[in-house]
Amino acid sequence: MTTFAQQAFKPNWWTRAGWVALAVYIVYAFARLDFTWVRFVTGLGNGARFIGRMFPPSIAQPDSLLKGLTESLEIAILASVLGILIALPIGLFASRNLMPVWASWPARAIIALARSFHPVIVAILFVKAVGFGAMAGILALVVASVGFIGKLFAEAIEEISLKQVEAVRATGAPFMSLISYGVLPQVFSRFIGFATYQLDSNLRNSTMVGIVGAGGIGGTLFSAFQRFDYDFVCAILLSIIGMIMVGEVLAGVVRGIFLERRFGVFARFDRAPAAAGAHQPQGPKAPGISSEKADD
Amino acid sequence: MTEPRPDQTNSADSPTLRWERFSFGERMARFAVYLVIVAAIVMSVRAVEVIPEFLYDAPEQMKDLFVRMWPIDFDHYPKGVHEALVDTLHIATLGTILAVVMALPIGLCAAHNVVPNHAVNYVAKLLLVSSRSVNSLVWALLFVGVFGPGALAGTLAIAFRSIGFVGKLFGEAIEETARGPVEALEAAGAPWASVLAKAYWPQVQPAFWSIVLFRWDINVRESAVLGLVGAGGIGMALDTALNLFQWPRVAMVLFAIFTVVVVAEVAVTQIRKRII
Repeated sequence: MTTFAQQAFKPNWWTRAGWVALAVYIVYAFARLDFTWVRFVTGLGNGARFIGRMFPPSIAQPDSLLKGLTESLEIAILASVLGILIALPIGLFASRNLMPVWASWPARAIIALARSFHPVIVAILFVKAVGFGAMAGILALVVASVGFIGKLFAEAIEEISLKQVEAVRATGAPFMSLISYGVLPQVFSRFIGFATYQLDSNLRNSTMVGIVGAGGIGGTLFSAFQRFDYDFVCAILLSIIGMIMVGEVLAGVVRGIFLERRFGVFARFDRAPAAAGAHQPQGPKAPGISSEKADD
Repeated sequence: MTEPRPDQTNSADSPTLRWERFSFGERMARFAVYLVIVAAIVMSVRAVEVIPEFLYDAPEQMKDLFVRMWPIDFDHYPKGVHEALVDTLHIATLGTILAVVMALPIGLCAAHNVVPNHAVNYVAKLLLVSSRSVNSLVWALLFVGVFGPGALAGTLAIAFRSIGFVGKLFGEAIEETARGPVEALEAAGAPWASVLAKAYWPQVQPAFWSIVLFRWDINVRESAVLGLVGAGGIGMALDTALNLFQWPRVAMVLFAIFTVVVVAEVAVTQIRKRII
């Protein structure tokens, strides 16, 4: 350092210009989307009336509520199972470290296509194809699951250590043995992570695909909303939130069993310390955020 | 993996020689999970109402759908799609900005090393969880009820749905910061605002930008459907075209959504590579 009179925190003019640009953009976007203070204030008045009509929640049609919820649950379960079954081979094909380019590119294209549309939009297309009802919802969420699990599975496989794969290959093992002994054990814990995550996500989305007629509680919700039965809407929303939270807790239990090795209290013999340490669930923590945290 | 080998177990009171991968409790717990999964699948298959005739018909209907969609009505773009598409991008961007503004204080309150008060942490986390457990379409329905149909409802729906995501990840990033710079500034007598700006902020900055970009990418996808419940953007163009069975226009809208989503994802990936 030659100069001692340096400022400790120099003003960063680029950052300041960025703030100005952001402010200009906000003003412009507000104007473009026609936000005005007056509208906001009238809205607040409406909001008070709206919330007043939502409480107390009342279950106007217990039958349709129950039927919708169970149907949503069924859609989520079947879509997750089918989606994961289809996604695993696609994810395997999409991994660039195990597969040649001619196999990985089509698989990656399928994954990209499945990921690019929101499940509700896919549901619209399937409603046209297979008619109203749960089947359309299942197929739409299968597409979403294939995109999500396929991408994460491919990424997980691309991050594995190839030493074990080489070791298995060196024994002259056929391809399937290579996969089941060299690859799958390395990605199993991450697979549990995103499979439970996908079930959770499908449960959330299965309550929504009904808005376009693809079965589940969403249809009941939307029609109650259009009839201005806001107290029933409130009851439906509360039960959806309850169901999702129960699902999240169950997913946590499953992750606990497979990844954190709970219920080890019944161990008959002490585990050797090396063996206990060998099954740490995750590898080194990735910097930033991983796409597994994406909750949509 | 390896079976316990009885020949190595000299006596029952030398436990270290016998190795089992899973304890009895772990085996039972895993078995219970498999059992529940199978039971759930069986029950769902039996209970779900699927009309087989519709299913046999599906490939034909799919073909019909694509035939009707072709050719894509590109002429419709300047008239009915462009404005809505730009609106969608504004909804996603403005919604993300609003969400960040609201999520930062909540995320700070949720971080135990910044606010060492368990009650405050708990309330902040509860706010974040409740924001995340309501789907953005539901938020959109609620805001359409409050503010009427239009982009305002969509923007607020995106914003409120994103608070939980941004706040949770931001709070976690703050909890992972190193204590050293904070202590140095506190020892120098810096006020809390300076500690936040000069000790915490530089440490969480990469995570922050990555969270914001990531959420913006998700929001572009989400804002495309909000129009189905009347909350503005390209979803409204889609809804209109669908209700009128104008399939070439539907195809045009879907094509536009697809393009924007892909471009947004590529842009986010590139920016993340540059700045993080």
